[in-house]
Amino acid sequence: MFRAILRAAVMALGLSANAALAETPFIVVQSTTSTQNSGLLDYILPWFEAESGIDVRVVAVGTGQAIRNAVNGDGDVLLVHAKSAEEKFVADGYGVERKDLMYNDFVLVGPKADPAGIRGGADILSALTAIAKAEAPFASRGDDSGTHKAELRHWSAAGADPTGASGSWYRETGSGMGATLNVASGMDAYTLTDRATWLSFGNRGNLEILVEGDPRLFNQYGVILVNPEKHPHVRAASGQRFIDWLTGPDGQEAIASFRLDGQQVFFPNAQ
Amino acid sequence: MQEFSSEFSAAIALILGGDSELWAIVLLSLKVSVFAVLVSALIGMPVGAALAVARFPGRRMLIVLMNALMGFPPVVVGLLVYLMLSRSGPLGVLELLYTPTAMIIAQVVLVTPIVTALTRQVVEMLAEEYSEQLRSLGVSRLASVPVLLWDARLALVTALLAGFGRAIAEVGAVIIVGGNINHVTRVMTTTIALETSKGNLSLALALGAILIGIAVAVNAMVSAVSLRAEQEGLSHA
Amino acid sequence: MRDVICDMSNCLTVENVQILSNGKVLLDVPSLILDGPGPTLLLGPNGAGKSLLLRCLHGLISPDRGRVVQDGNHLGAAQKARQAMVFQRPVLLRRSVAANLGFVLKRQGMGRRARKARIAELLAEGGLDGKARQSARSLSGGEAQRLAILRALALEPETLFLDEPTSALDPGATQMIERMVLRASARGVRIVMVTHDIGQARRLASDVVMMQGGHVVEHGPAKQVLDTPESEASRRYLAGGLVT
Repeated sequence: MFRAILRAAVMALGLSANAALAETPFIVVQSTTSTQNSGLLDYILPWFEAESGIDVRVVAVGTGQAIRNAVNGDGDVLLVHAKSAEEKFVADGYGVERKDLMYNDFVLVGPKADPAGIRGGADILSALTAIAKAEAPFASRGDDSGTHKAELRHWSAAGADPTGASGSWYRETGSGMGATLNVASGMDAYTLTDRATWLSFGNRGNLEILVEGDPRLFNQYGVILVNPEKHPHVRAASGQRFIDWLTGPDGQEAIASFRLDGQQVFFPNAQ
Repeated sequence: MQEFSSEFSAAIALILGGDSELWAIVLLSLKVSVFAVLVSALIGMPVGAALAVARFPGRRMLIVLMNALMGFPPVVVGLLVYLMLSRSGPLGVLELLYTPTAMIIAQVVLVTPIVTALTRQVVEMLAEEYSEQLRSLGVSRLASVPVLLWDARLALVTALLAGFGRAIAEVGAVIIVGGNINHVTRVMTTTIALETSKGNLSLALALGAILIGIAVAVNAMVSAVSLRAEQEGLSHA
Repeated sequence: MRDVICDMSNCLTVENVQILSNGKVLLDVPSLILDGPGPTLLLGPNGAGKSLLLRCLHGLISPDRGRVVQDGNHLGAAQKARQAMVFQRPVLLRRSVAANLGFVLKRQGMGRRARKARIAELLAEGGLDGKARQSARSLSGGEAQRLAILRALALEPETLFLDEPTSALDPGATQMIERMVLRASARGVRIVMVTHDIGQARRLASDVVMMQGGHVVEHGPAKQVLDTPESEASRRYLAGGLVT
């Protein structure tokens, strides 16, 4: 038995050595769950990797955590969707420059029974007001992510403060979009989700899209190189190359060609 | 229920189909956890044995601390290891964050207290039994450590398997320090978390089934080892 | 007590030894000289201090007062290294029979081939041939105690202490142990053994030390102590009466 353990140890050691030998140049991208869970990054990255020989390692977390990780220097490129937080990140000197990359949109999904009667509306604010009035279950990300920040903006614009109902009809999951959709599906709650995650989500249960198309629901993504003056180890050249590709014609075309259920969900708009 | 059974058959198909992505993930999980347990054994066994035979002020406190560390929440361990390995942390220059090595370190932190505490328990019991005989043979306290470790070997294998069980099933720490990067640091538990959040339940279930299979295999090994120990009169009861 | 002339280079003596616990005297032996020509057996009721005296002689317990002297020297590491002890319940390593013997031989710096030969010799001596590879923990009570004695003998001790080695064994197993003890004694090993069995004392002892309540009450040639005891305590113990 001890020999078996020893063999396993040698095997494990051998693997680590191989991994070290096979090291290709790479960058670490701090990004959001929406770009990863929708499959967008899995779809476009092979093009960039083939062209550049640079491996893109994606850490997909909430926007808030992605920005904090980038502040700590644990990434070369930041790809998130919370414009004001991104601008603050650059203003504080952690990022070089923020560039618009693409947008998608949010949709309000809810149970087919629709207890708040909001189906077919195109005004997010009146829909939220109706939900608050009906005290219908609503699942919030509650995790300081870009989606969470957008949701809070809409509540406040609608003149409602659901946080007082936290724990009753307003449920904060503190989790990613997918986990929150699982919760909403399980308890027939309304929730705000980006369209891409919604389309690629496999466990919809009774949920369907009830409100969409409000211009306020547009969701802008930005891309930022982590500032090498702040963190000298940042792989600036490779990271910049990735950003140039994403915002250039090849990357923009790749984003535009991504389809979920035959629908385009990310709309490139780099200048 | 119908939905569950269809997801479940899809999961079975994934396992039996020998999906290469799936098996790469399983293999990485095993390698990370096996390596972590071996490192924990190298640290935990001598320290545990030393705690069992040595007498020094503060020993009781140290044992209480070790036992308490066994229940340390993995997420906190993950966070602490992240803060150490982050580029802004003291060990940032090593560039270990988001690598399998970072996951091994987190698991070592989780598993070492288990190995240490269990080793201490087992060796202390054995030392009590052997104490007079070893002194009669002129074996000093220090020299008794390897003797006790070797004679407690079967119980120690059980301790290592317990540590392995904790390592392989753990998600909170490795997802923070590994980053769940595809093909680099994506292991069984982080994939389960990811696929569940994507609502992609069949892959999550398939990995869950494999994880349960590993847990069953580990427990079967534990019981086989203790059975053998009993048959050969090696148990400590 | 008989008068003895002890050549200091060849005997084991106890000088003014006291062992105390919470102010109580557990063992109080002003003087004891172990110089019998054959095995010395310690007899006495439970709690008489026999095992305590044995551990004291072997250095497992340090007396609170007084000292043990072996061959003219204070009992130190060098003296202890020439002693060995067998316990009431044999403590065998969780290894094979051969490995239990190999362990002490290796500690004495014996090479691999020499060890192998010596192990075979010892196993034959204890009637354990053919059990070399068996787990020591799976031996019967008698076999286990024989192995413990062999392991003690592997140290080639000048003095061998035995603490009730046959108390849990049947008559057949006891007889085998007694033969081993007598053979060792005949080879010149000084035997000091604790027993409760008066018959065993008659069969083995050249000298008997009778103890009670932490004191030595009588010490002399076996025949004399067992047949014509001088003290009341000895007489009552040998008669099987209760000693209070």
